[in-house]
Amino acid sequence: MKRRSFLIGAGAATGGLVIGYRAWSHSFAAAAARQVEGPGEHLLAGWIKIGPDDRVTVEVPHIDMGQGTHTALAMMAAEELDADWSAVSTERAPGEKSFANRFLARGWVMQGYDVPAYADGVTDLVFTEAARFIGLQITGGSTAVRFTGRIGMRMVGAAARQMLVEAAAERWGVPAERLTVRDGIVSDRQTGRQARFGELAEAAAGMSVPASPRLKDPAEWRLVGTSPIRLDIPAKTNGTFGYGIDLDLPDLLHAAIRTAPVHGGRLVSVDPAPAPQSGVERIIELDDAVAVIAPSWWQARRAADLLEPQFSGEGKDGFADASVETLQDEALETGEGTLLEETGDADSILGQAPAGRIVQARYRVSYLHHAAMEPVNATAQFADGTLTFWGGEQDALGTKNLLMEISGLSARRVVVNALPAGGSFGRRIPVSADYLRRLVPIAMAMAPRPVKLILSREEEFTHGAYRPALATDIAAALGPDGLPTAWSQRFLSAPTRNEAFHLPYTIPNQALRSIDFATHVQTGTWRAVAHTQHAFWTESFMDELAYAAGFDPFEYRRALLPAGSRQLAVLERAAAMAGWGEALPGGRGRGIALHEAYGTWVAQVVEASLGNDGAPRVHRVVAAVDCGGLCHPDTAHQQVEGGIIMALSAALFERITIENGAVRQRNFSDYRLMQLAEVPQIDVQFIESGAAWGGLGEPGVPPVAPALANALYAATGRRARDLPLAEAYAAMS
Amino acid sequence: MNIRLTINGEPVAIDTDPDKPLLWVLREDLKLIGTKYGCGIGACGACTVHVDGLAMRSCVLPVEAVAQTSVTTIEGLADEAGRHALQSAWIANQVPQCGYCQSGMIMAAAALLKDNPRPSDDEIDAAMTNLCRCGTYPRVRRAIRAVADDA
Repeated sequence: MKRRSFLIGAGAATGGLVIGYRAWSHSFAAAAARQVEGPGEHLLAGWIKIGPDDRVTVEVPHIDMGQGTHTALAMMAAEELDADWSAVSTERAPGEKSFANRFLARGWVMQGYDVPAYADGVTDLVFTEAARFIGLQITGGSTAVRFTGRIGMRMVGAAARQMLVEAAAERWGVPAERLTVRDGIVSDRQTGRQARFGELAEAAAGMSVPASPRLKDPAEWRLVGTSPIRLDIPAKTNGTFGYGIDLDLPDLLHAAIRTAPVHGGRLVSVDPAPAPQSGVERIIELDDAVAVIAPSWWQARRAADLLEPQFSGEGKDGFADASVETLQDEALETGEGTLLEETGDADSILGQAPAGRIVQARYRVSYLHHAAMEPVNATAQFADGTLTFWGGEQDALGTKNLLMEISGLSARRVVVNALPAGGSFGRRIPVSADYLRRLVPIAMAMAPRPVKLILSREEEFTHGAYRPALATDIAAALGPDGLPTAWSQRFLSAPTRNEAFHLPYTIPNQALRSIDFATHVQTGTWRAVAHTQHAFWTESFMDELAYAAGFDPFEYRRALLPAGSRQLAVLERAAAMAGWGEALPGGRGRGIALHEAYGTWVAQVVEASLGNDGAPRVHRVVAAVDCGGLCHPDTAHQQVEGGIIMALSAALFERITIENGAVRQRNFSDYRLMQLAEVPQIDVQFIESGAAWGGLGEPGVPPVAPALANALYAATGRRARDLPLAEAYAAMS
Repeated sequence: MNIRLTINGEPVAIDTDPDKPLLWVLREDLKLIGTKYGCGIGACGACTVHVDGLAMRSCVLPVEAVAQTSVTTIEGLADEAGRHALQSAWIANQVPQCGYCQSGMIMAAAALLKDNPRPSDDEIDAAMTNLCRCGTYPRVRRAIRAVADDA
């Protein structure tokens, strides 16, 4: 494939250096590549600005929702730049196509990964028509560090360094080769002369931009691989870090809404009388909601609570949890499905195997809520024909496209300002941003004043974009040695991309079929997306096979993994960390699980028991992680640890239920999250295999549910095939 | 109605609805946005402040109920050196991820340590019921431990 890339530089208005990376492509062998890198494409991964005051500012095309990526990306740029880390800061790049993230798209296509379902809202745009002028600017799929950082940020940093060196060489009349750079200072080894970046920035901006700057060998890294204090943390300890919900604007109005409890329901009527006259600016009837507008959100919300809007359920009023199960069973039993994986002839082997050598089971998973601590909110203003937006959306460009679609305005009439999010975990992406379909008409009705819509926690719970409730049937045949000879699986899948079903094990005959499944309940992408259910199903069933064959679950998996593989290495490391096989206190069991997500292999061992009250207790979790390499080890550790805790909470306690067509849970009082006192000992170790870097925000999540379920089976001899486990074991006792 | 109280050491008089929760008075009337709205029912702790030195969940506290009291928010927690010991420990242990719950976490921890400078692990567990979705709990525990062990 032929591809030409170049860097562009420019003098900033401040007399500093601004440098970014652009690329275009000519001819492509792969059709996929043609879609991503259209001719004349000007997509840019990141900018570095160096001011006369020596400050280095890195523009980051991902939002901060807690993963530490701003720091990691800035480190990668600063590493190649040899900047003084204490002079580096980051800014969030605006949602404009010039900041579109080409490296994200390329990472997926070129490295052989499917686009994560996480990103579905924008991938349609990017991978079909819009690659011509719109790129990716999303935060998701655990992509920031491995694609944007490793490729884009390093290249830009290296180029800027070379330009600064050349500026110094010209000023001093010496060969550039003789100059060295360290901590933001260019030095001449022979004369001892030195110049700071800030002194050179303006001259550097006039240098031609190197076409292919030299990147450091990883052995030369001094900053990458260390764990400096994250740039965002001090402001997150003193109340000064601003989230979308904290935005203040002149003349700002606030909106509180009541949305049809049944998703897809309509507003039939609403009597404005119960709302107090004073303090309320307006009551707006929307297709599926009523909004109260007031100068204060507390006033708006109080008034909204007093209204008694009538909604239709559009025929779904009778829908309940049992309806979901019935539909799942029907779809599994009658759905034709799409054959996604076929190796050998699994179905005829299963057809011929004696009943005693066949293991089969049906598994389910429940709806899960993201429950980010910052309630969903967003601000918009329609003035002078332009819609300006502020919010913590994970995909700024996709949000811009959605706002264009809702408002009917052209690209130059929609401005997106991306703000940090207080968690999101996949909630705030365009395909499931139903709240923006309500915000835009509200902002247009209240023009020219800006309006901030905050969902009350109750609205936020009842109108989420849940991890879908799904189910699977799996059957396997065991050979004479006890190892599986055939695996046949039918699984329900939300109608989004799914790359999570692949089996990590060497099983000669496989048939895996996907059956599209949806109800009227809005679903979306929950941290690690389809990996959350597939890891639970695959790894629980592997455990069933091991026990049916009379094997130790760890040894059984080992026997099915290629020698010398990354997956075998993480499995063995996790077992060693956990002391697999060593005696445990009475009543406790160990469970193991292995899964790959977003290029990262993770194996976990959980130690658990049932308490005297019959409720599951988790005593310890160990995780072995191979994500190739590490930028900021401390943040990496924290991402895996945090993912484990979120996944434990979900596997133990969490379930969104449906009653009368609507979501029943309204707040944290009826949707239990794990608390500090319940957190077990967690040990995380990394294996730096040197493989292509994988993601870290999500891969720690999927193995938790199966490892815990397997541990509880080991402890009790009773297996749960549905989540959450606290409920499953309560039902068994 | 005019309500008088002390906020972060400064006397203030607020003309507001007496039912308005302290959280929204702080955020909307006084622009002290470090105290967060999380649930509105006192279940998550993101809105935790000190009222006369006690940790309270300000989203369920009508402002009328705190008239004549002294309220400390995250913005007023720092000592003369610019940081409370817990804030320094929070940075040293790199506790926050998204950070949204952290004001409440720090305020809850500060009230605990003021009352009980050397809490046991069990006492930390019992006092820290604030919710965090990112899973910062082990580091929250470690940061509190670090300050307590220095006491």
